[in-house]
Amino acid sequence: MSILAKHAAVKHAFDSLRAAGANPFDVKFEAVLSPTEGVLEGRRTILLGTNNYLGLTFDESCIEKAVEVVRAQGTGTTGSRIANGSYDGHKRLEQELADFYGRKHCMVFTTGYQANLGVLSALVGRGDHLMLDADSHASIYDGSRLAQAEVIRFRHNDPRDLEKRLKRLADVPGDKLIVVEGIYSMLGDTAPLKEIAAVKRRTGAYLLVDEAHSMGVLGPTGRGLAEAAGVEEDVDFIVGTFSKSLGSVGGFCVSDHPDFDLLRVVSRPYMFTASLPPSVIASTIQALRQLRAEPGLRTRLMANARRLHDGLTEMGFETGPEANPIVAVAMPDRETAIAFWKALLVGGVYLNLALPPATPNNTPLLRSSVSAAHTPEQIDAALDLFGQIGREFGVLPAPARRVSA
Amino acid sequence: MDATTRSVRDGIAAALSQTVGRHIEIDDDTNIARDLGLDSLAIMNFIMALEDEYDISIPLDRVAQVETVGDLTKAIEELRSRG
Repeated sequence: MSILAKHAAVKHAFDSLRAAGANPFDVKFEAVLSPTEGVLEGRRTILLGTNNYLGLTFDESCIEKAVEVVRAQGTGTTGSRIANGSYDGHKRLEQELADFYGRKHCMVFTTGYQANLGVLSALVGRGDHLMLDADSHASIYDGSRLAQAEVIRFRHNDPRDLEKRLKRLADVPGDKLIVVEGIYSMLGDTAPLKEIAAVKRRTGAYLLVDEAHSMGVLGPTGRGLAEAAGVEEDVDFIVGTFSKSLGSVGGFCVSDHPDFDLLRVVSRPYMFTASLPPSVIASTIQALRQLRAEPGLRTRLMANARRLHDGLTEMGFETGPEANPIVAVAMPDRETAIAFWKALLVGGVYLNLALPPATPNNTPLLRSSVSAAHTPEQIDAALDLFGQIGREFGVLPAPARRVSA
Repeated sequence: MDATTRSVRDGIAAALSQTVGRHIEIDDDTNIARDLGLDSLAIMNFIMALEDEYDISIPLDRVAQVETVGDLTKAIEELRSRG
């Protein structure tokens, strides 16, 4: 134990979750039946926290492609692309992603986490400056450590604070790279990208947008926030993941930078990891094609997002500022959050319990994510359960009445 | 202690009191996390307030090195002279 004694505070928090009989790390699904339903302790449970935005994990055509390729090419590549070479699929996926984004180059990584590690550590180094939104995902913070650049945080979604900090660096040598996310993973809020792009133009910095939660979700063709905000030309690098809208695992970066391929020989998280298994690549290519061919998926996703967000808000819950597929409900305190989460689970709804310090403003959150595959009836069932537990726990006034502003 | 250092320390004391919500006594050896019971988020907000006041940005690796009020005073003074 002694070598782990430094984690005593975490152990304490972890033990208290266990004692409450509500440990999210202990959730084990006996079966996953569809993108929106699993079985937990014998109960059919609505999956409302799996980032499966387009519901493509059970898409027949994606499954077929993966099965076909696992039979033809085996279960794994057993090495990295610099050591073992690339399969045809790796190259094809990169071409199709570059084509989707209208960019010249694309690199595929083995996870979304590694995409941020691999891109950030290769783009900036000692003497450069990384400007991170304070609410950035852990993979961005970890990537910044690997990068060894000077890391400066600006206030969440605050272009003026960003500009002030960039101006302080005006005469300091080194490249400046701004990193923001399309949709932030905890509250589901979007970055004010038009304003951030304007700051980038005024200050001569580079701009990277992580579209992990916004790819397949935002924009007329599903490319994400940069497309929705009409500022794709200002975005130098887009990072994304396959483990949300595309229903598999992996990450990518697209760019028009003429020397982008240099990353393949300087990015250690790319060079020293086994490449994705061909079957994963195959289902991802097919999922990307589905994303492009079926805009109706996004329409259904956003309708479901609005149904859940507006339903919760009308009941009187405190939700995030925008109706996006991530819908977070603020809880008054940690104990209520844990008990509420557990009651939802017993009632047949699974979502994410997010506790400080992993949450903005130290607010405990019940974080849900909707899917295009949810039926309106599933959303309504979740809303009913939320209302029932909310009144029971005194989070909502009883009887439920719309709280006027 | 020269006048600048004292003024920076007073600035830190004011920002800390505002974060904690009551007047607090500090000296150079006060440990910000341990003695004042601030979590990482409170520390970040408090540091951002100081950054505004002194018109500097304290890089994350510098923040990581700061344990005491004395460390923070030194970091702020160095960054101010750099600009």
